[in-house]
Amino acid sequence: MSTIYILWLRQLKKYSRSTPRIIGSLGQPLLFLLVFGFGFGSIFAKAGGGSYIQFLVPGIVAMAVVFTAIFGGIELIWDRQFGFLKETMVAPVSRFNIMLGRTFGGATVSVIQGIAVLIISFLVGFKMQNFFMIIPAIVFMFLTAFFFTALGTAIASKLTDMQAFPIIMNFLVMPLFFLSGSIFPLDTAPKALQILGHIDPLSYGIDGLRYSFIGMSAFNPWIDLLILLAFSLVVLFIGKQLFEKMEA
Amino acid sequence: MGKIIEVKNLTKKFGDFVAVDNISFSVEHGEIFAFLGPNGAGKTTTIKMLTTLLEPTTGEAKVNNFNLETERDEVRHSFGIVFQDPSLDDDLTAYENMEFHGVLYNVPKNIRVKRIEELLKLVDLWDRQKDLVKTFSGGMKRRLEIARSLIHTPKVIFLDEPTVGLDPQTRNHIWSYVVDLSKKEGVTVFLTTHYMEEADKMADRVVIIDHGKVMASGTPAELKKNTHTESLEEAFLKLTGSAIRSDEASSIDTLRSHARAWGRR
Repeated sequence: MSTIYILWLRQLKKYSRSTPRIIGSLGQPLLFLLVFGFGFGSIFAKAGGGSYIQFLVPGIVAMAVVFTAIFGGIELIWDRQFGFLKETMVAPVSRFNIMLGRTFGGATVSVIQGIAVLIISFLVGFKMQNFFMIIPAIVFMFLTAFFFTALGTAIASKLTDMQAFPIIMNFLVMPLFFLSGSIFPLDTAPKALQILGHIDPLSYGIDGLRYSFIGMSAFNPWIDLLILLAFSLVVLFIGKQLFEKMEA
Repeated sequence: MGKIIEVKNLTKKFGDFVAVDNISFSVEHGEIFAFLGPNGAGKTTTIKMLTTLLEPTTGEAKVNNFNLETERDEVRHSFGIVFQDPSLDDDLTAYENMEFHGVLYNVPKNIRVKRIEELLKLVDLWDRQKDLVKTFSGGMKRRLEIARSLIHTPKVIFLDEPTVGLDPQTRNHIWSYVVDLSKKEGVTVFLTTHYMEEADKMADRVVIIDHGKVMASGTPAELKKNTHTESLEEAFLKLTGSAIRSDEASSIDTLRSHARAWGRR
């Protein structure tokens, strides 16, 4: 337990000391929120979709969570290249606990980042249906973050340098984000997009968030929760295998 | 006294390449032991095996009487290591780096607090404990790493080229800390270095390896006598030849330069 705790604490300390990173990772979600939110707002309303900002915010909060989380996982590469990983690898603790600590740390940081975006969206007029639904919202944020941090860690344990990071962002994270129903409703999209959306784990995270925030969802929120949990466990298991075989 | 490290017929292959070729040697309790060799001789690979970072292809080794492969956690508790490359977290303070290590090695809190204070004072970093490591000089980082490696009172510490890239003043300092600590803590020191005069001065015993094989072993005086040379450096060159070895730039170097360009650290 103490291993998991100290690694979790380390992630939080590093995050709280890195102001540029905090501000930097707010930039993209805010740009999306303002440009899409106000740009498409009137068309969305004319098409009978209601308030686009209300629809969009869960997706944008998820975006902040996902981007921070995947980066938190990939950061393992930095730790390896700057040698700190070796310090943990020669310690008499299980590698799985090291991985769990990192993943919890990365996920916690991502949730904080998601909440920051949520607070900013209140300023541009977003309203939650019921404020106490923040609790399930945090659960969905955390599970989404956990999945993507573990995914990032799994990928990073196979990579030797940061050069692959743009490839991961452009060919994995961005498609997962756009196909997840984050910026348009999946249920009125063409069949092909709908199918892709259904196999995208992020769809369930965003659906759960949207349910928590504005009481609107495409699936049953319990199904969202179960599917997210299942995806998280699978990627955690794969990550465990890769992490244990990794050489520092 | 007895043996703290025993290596028998240890071999490590990477594909067809034999990095460490059937080496055997032992290290006595409490001594300062120098493990020397040119670049690519197999020093770091051997250290990685002895510190459980790499699994041997064949052969066996014991650290503090624990088997490398079957008693991994006991082995890990028995040694401290200062790696060739830095392994501190630059975004944490000196104290936090020490504490992280203490928690990982399960050192109880009351002992941990005492040890950290004691060791930070020994390496003259106590008044810098609250500073982020990224503000430290190379020599300070090394001192911190040495102090850190001792928190869990290991029986042996591995120092893989601890003085590389440091000026003579700092090098002298580092070695005097190492001698001090080894006396105070009764810890065995297993070191590698390219500075032969350091090994000559510091080491009780020396093993020289090249191309993954042990070329010679003994006290510095014995090695000089056997090779009819005046200094350990000459003895070293006589044993390993004077051809220059290649040392490939690893992806680490590339990444470091990227990191600098992106201003990450």
